Amino acid sequence: MRLVTPLSDKDVRSLRVGDGATLSGRAFTARDEAHMRALDMSRRGEPLPFELKDMAVYHCGPIVEKDGEGWKVVAAGPTTSSRMNDLEPEFIERFRPRAIIGKGGMSAGTIGACKRFGCVYLAFTGGAAVVAAKGIRGVAGVHWLDLGMPEAVWELELDDLGPLIVAIDTEGRSMYDDVGKRVDANVKRLKESL
Amino acid sequence: MDRAELVEETVVRLMRTAVTTLPEDVIAGLHKALQLETEEVARVQLRTIIDNVEKAESADVPMCQDTGVPIFFVSGECSHEIEEGIMNGVARATKEIPLRPNVVDPISRHNTGTNIGAGMPNIHYEQAKGDFVEITFMPKGAGSENMSVLRMLNPTSGTKGIKETVIDAVVSAGGRPCPPSIVGVGIGGTADSAMLLAKKAIIRPLGRSSDDPDVAKLERELKEMLNATGIGPMGLGGRTTTLGVMIEKADCHTASLPVAVNIQCWAARRASARIYPDDRVRFRTEGFQ
Repeated sequence: MRLVTPLSDKDVRSLRVGDGATLSGRAFTARDEAHMRALDMSRRGEPLPFELKDMAVYHCGPIVEKDGEGWKVVAAGPTTSSRMNDLEPEFIERFRPRAIIGKGGMSAGTIGACKRFGCVYLAFTGGAAVVAAKGIRGVAGVHWLDLGMPEAVWELELDDLGPLIVAIDTEGRSMYDDVGKRVDANVKRLKESL
Repeated sequence: MDRAELVEETVVRLMRTAVTTLPEDVIAGLHKALQLETEEVARVQLRTIIDNVEKAESADVPMCQDTGVPIFFVSGECSHEIEEGIMNGVARATKEIPLRPNVVDPISRHNTGTNIGAGMPNIHYEQAKGDFVEITFMPKGAGSENMSVLRMLNPTSGTKGIKETVIDAVVSAGGRPCPPSIVGVGIGGTADSAMLLAKKAIIRPLGRSSDDPDVAKLERELKEMLNATGIGPMGLGGRTTTLGVMIEKADCHTASLPVAVNIQCWAARRASARIYPDDRVRFRTEGFQ
């Protein structure tokens, strides 16, 4: 399925765990530091210098190169999403993005926020940074570059970024939890055989 | 060319090779994993990985945006010139390739912008193997490094305890270290040396088992068990959770059994070079052993 931001509540609520997708349109990178700063500002009642509503948040710290007046993305695969586990539920509630792109999955708080506020988690292959860069048409801007290249917020224009897999949907289902249950059963058997 | 300049040139080339191309044994391991997987989700992950590796090599750009922190193993001469050459090489490679500047102060989180900092690059000096200087570069990303585990087991835990430690480490890591991974295990020594053994283990090419038959058997058994967990590529389920388990061991205190686990992502990047006394340099991505 070809998803394009801005996404509506209806768009994301029709998606189910296991669906394949690509994403186009505007997306914003955000890692640990950007999540912290955005939440701190919002809690103080200050507006962010960018609008995340109905957009996609990409857990990614890209390699970018100066290209004349602008920027060029060299490599931009996903980072480990679980580092944002404690921050994401409030982040989704305050800023209302419709999609989170990352790798490795997220915990119960985020799964709950996805269900409540209409957001999906899209898994992208970790390390596939050059495939990702092919799905990024350009850099529309950068915010908070004082946080350093990986932690800054890069405003990206996506052009069929993918292949993505819906790994957390709006029904409270997570592909990682499904796999986790099977893994637990397998590990129990393996340990009994030791 | 003076010594430091020769080391600098060598280091820049090692870093470029390592971040833009995968060693052949790792590529072969990924293709074998694709053959073993039957589920479509797992196959998509592996096909994307293989496609990505090919695209990175042909475009001469880093295959992963996390170009890690720079780790070096140097055997032979331990001199000011070697250190200076490595430092200058890292700073130049960071700018030229380019690499992502990942090195920050641990408290203030200020990014140095150069991948150079206090204790970075991380250089391990070893005893000389011959009349040459051998330098191995391994970038280590945080996704895999953050999953490291050290357990100081009771000696009576034995092989069972070792196996449980490795299984627990890999299962709790799940999809986070970008599986199918290479699992390095350090057994014995002390707390610090066990982890260094685990890190050295992941430099060993896939398919080359330990020279010690008992350790080689443990490597085979652990690989089979980890792949039976069902974690699969990127933790999305499948038959290939690890491409290989590599174990290094050292003797330890009669009252100790240290076990360290250091995981490497599928992008198991590494490159080695030997600099000879006449300034000839030989490069290998699969080591010289």
